[in-house]
Amino acid sequence: MIDPTAASVVPTTDPSTYLPAQPISGDLTDQLLQTDFWTDDMVAAAGIPIVDIPFVTIGGGIGSFVTVDYLRIAGVPTSQMRVLSTLDFPWQTYEYLTRVSQVPRPERIRSDSASRPDNIWGFPSYGFAEGVRHFDPKVLWGLLTEPIFADYYTPKAGNVFEQLEREAKRISYDEMLVKGLVRIVRRRYGGGYFTILTPPEGASATKRVAFRSQYVHLAVGYPGLKFLPELQRYRTENNDYRHIVNAYEAHEHVYERLVQTPSTVLVRGGGIVASRILQRLMDDREKHGAQTKIVHLFRTYIHGTNDGYGNEEDQRPGGGRTRVTMRRRGGDGWAYQGFNYPKSVWGGQLKAQVRNLEGEQRAELYKRMGGTNTPYRRSWQRQMKQGRREGWYSCVVGTVDEMRPSGERILNRVRTAQGVVPVEVDFVIDCTGLEADIAEHRLLKDLLDHGGASRNPVGRLNVDRTFELIGTQSGGGVMYASGATTLGGYFPGVDTFLGLQVAAQEIYGDLNKRGFCKRIGPVRSTVQWWKWLAGSAP
Amino acid sequence: MLPTLNGRIQTRIFMLVVFGGVITLVLTPVLPGDPDYRTTYLILAAVLVLGVLWELVYHAIQQLRWEKDWPTLFGLVTALNEGALLWLLLDLELVPGIDYPYDGVPFWAFFIDFSVIWLVVWVWTNGPMRVPFIRWRFFGGRII
Ligand SMILES: Cc1cc2nc3c(=O)[nH]c(=O)nc-3n(C[C@H](O)[C@H](O)[C@H](O)COP(=O)(O)OP(=O)(O)OC[C@H]3O[C@@H](n4cnc5c(N)ncnc54)[C@H](O)[C@@H]3O)c2cc1C
Repeated sequence: MIDPTAASVVPTTDPSTYLPAQPISGDLTDQLLQTDFWTDDMVAAAGIPIVDIPFVTIGGGIGSFVTVDYLRIAGVPTSQMRVLSTLDFPWQTYEYLTRVSQVPRPERIRSDSASRPDNIWGFPSYGFAEGVRHFDPKVLWGLLTEPIFADYYTPKAGNVFEQLEREAKRISYDEMLVKGLVRIVRRRYGGGYFTILTPPEGASATKRVAFRSQYVHLAVGYPGLKFLPELQRYRTENNDYRHIVNAYEAHEHVYERLVQTPSTVLVRGGGIVASRILQRLMDDREKHGAQTKIVHLFRTYIHGTNDGYGNEEDQRPGGGRTRVTMRRRGGDGWAYQGFNYPKSVWGGQLKAQVRNLEGEQRAELYKRMGGTNTPYRRSWQRQMKQGRREGWYSCVVGTVDEMRPSGERILNRVRTAQGVVPVEVDFVIDCTGLEADIAEHRLLKDLLDHGGASRNPVGRLNVDRTFELIGTQSGGGVMYASGATTLGGYFPGVDTFLGLQVAAQEIYGDLNKRGFCKRIGPVRSTVQWWKWLAGSAP
Repeated sequence: MLPTLNGRIQTRIFMLVVFGGVITLVLTPVLPGDPDYRTTYLILAAVLVLGVLWELVYHAIQQLRWEKDWPTLFGLVTALNEGALLWLLLDLELVPGIDYPYDGVPFWAFFIDFSVIWLVVWVWTNGPMRVPFIRWRFFGGRII
């Protein structure tokens, strides 16, 4: 890792700007904050040391990782790139979110066999490697027959992390990592950008460090998580953070209590996170003798073929039912889909289609193929069937009008089609996972206000087919963005491993045209793949 | 696989020309019934021409799938319908250009050549192809 204090301060011609007569704090000034384009002198005058580096990526999660991975394979040395991040390793946020939402290392994640963030080729796929290494005919047979006769193969979380660690070592990721929080990015007068980093306490002499670069890549993940408003209100009004939890926060205490005391849990949401939480609750019944009763609240109950507008008979613009060529399986409340979008958005027909759509039409297709969904997994189906039969798993369809404490318990008044019904439970687990608006992220808000960035038809950051952040060009400098903040663009599957790699490939391609990296043609690609296999540096 | 129609056709042509061409070159002398190169290459050409038509059918079937994907297994079992149709045409002596021997094209020669090519192409498309061509899998199987 780079120690920001060791970073070079680039001298300007005027020594007074970096050897000031009076003490300066090296912090952002009002003048800087109010100016959209910064000159080198302005930054130096504020006493902020400047580090020159051609390419920075902000975030340091999976998105940053796969992007620098591509560029390393395209021949860029570590000295040309910096990863600005609060994380110690790229899968840190991902591992936290999956762990609390009940995917610990031995469990399987959602994405498919060829979604390998540690391998730009996706070959050998996770499944093939697992099947061959442990000689497991069941895995190989599953890969051959999915999704017709077997559920989609998905890799174990632990394996994904181990492989990422291997690749991080191989590309010398740590040499590029600079720790700190990025406060803002502003365009530089004369081209390129200034990225202002706040290093950890004591890591640098000044409060901020400026990275002066030609290229900036933004991969900051989720702008923030929103809780359901009624849950948030209840929590603050009753100061109760123990009985009402969000699946994305640590809530192991709930499961501990459930094993000790027979209780009722309300699970809200119809997506994969709800499936995971249900699995945990049901596993604890099976393995640890918990006596949990589960009430599952769906806002929309799917009872057959559907699309993003809902069930067959629901209203859709232009009228009519789901189309034969555009309908998804569903039942028992759930819409079933292997991954978070129909699979071909990551490379096939839907990817090609969306790439050519603009505005309203694009938003419409997003809507039609969207909607909350979860994979059909045989083990989950078995558990739910058993729960329904034995009466400890039931569903309610509606919205919550009001929540009130009732002794130690929580009384929910649920508005259903049949009127308002009271549902009294001991715990509520919110699995609705609402994402916050991009403007709630300070860095992104600043880019919208001062950086020239704009919103796409779905309200997120507007990126081009090359993942360039439209409107932010600065001389010969380019800013790119990938991940959840760019949902709604010419490519739908952005917030997934494979989506981040699709973006990384486009970004690499654009940077190659601009002369920043070498072309990964068939020969280079093949040679690099062998290096990957052997574990030697790119 | 996640093919587009254009990608399907391009991949089909690429695979049959490269792998079909080389395998036929190597296998022809050792095939039972001693077919000549003219026969085996004409059969390969027939697989290609019919294959492009088959791709149109597969593309239509794919429209019925929500995911718009083409499962790995489909890529293997389509050998049955394609092989059967081609054999029928050979048996009826409808594939043009071939000097049909009096007892017809030797079945086992056809079977071995066709199966080996199919299997190699299927394995290659489901993995190794991604190594030299990094854009191929993200662009529906397009090569250009
Ligand atoms: C529970 C869960 C399960 C998922 N499962 C899968 C799956 O199975 N398969 C799949 O393909 N995808 C999955 N995803 C989606 C996605 O692939 C992951 O969320 C992935 O981690 C996204 O990578 P990212 O780089 O965009 O964001 P992250 O990995 O979250 O990294 C972004 C990082 O940027 C940092 N950051 C933000 N602002 C700043 C700033 N101003 N300065 C410095 N750093 C900053 C944040 O701390 C964050 O850690 C899942 C997502 C969730 C939530």
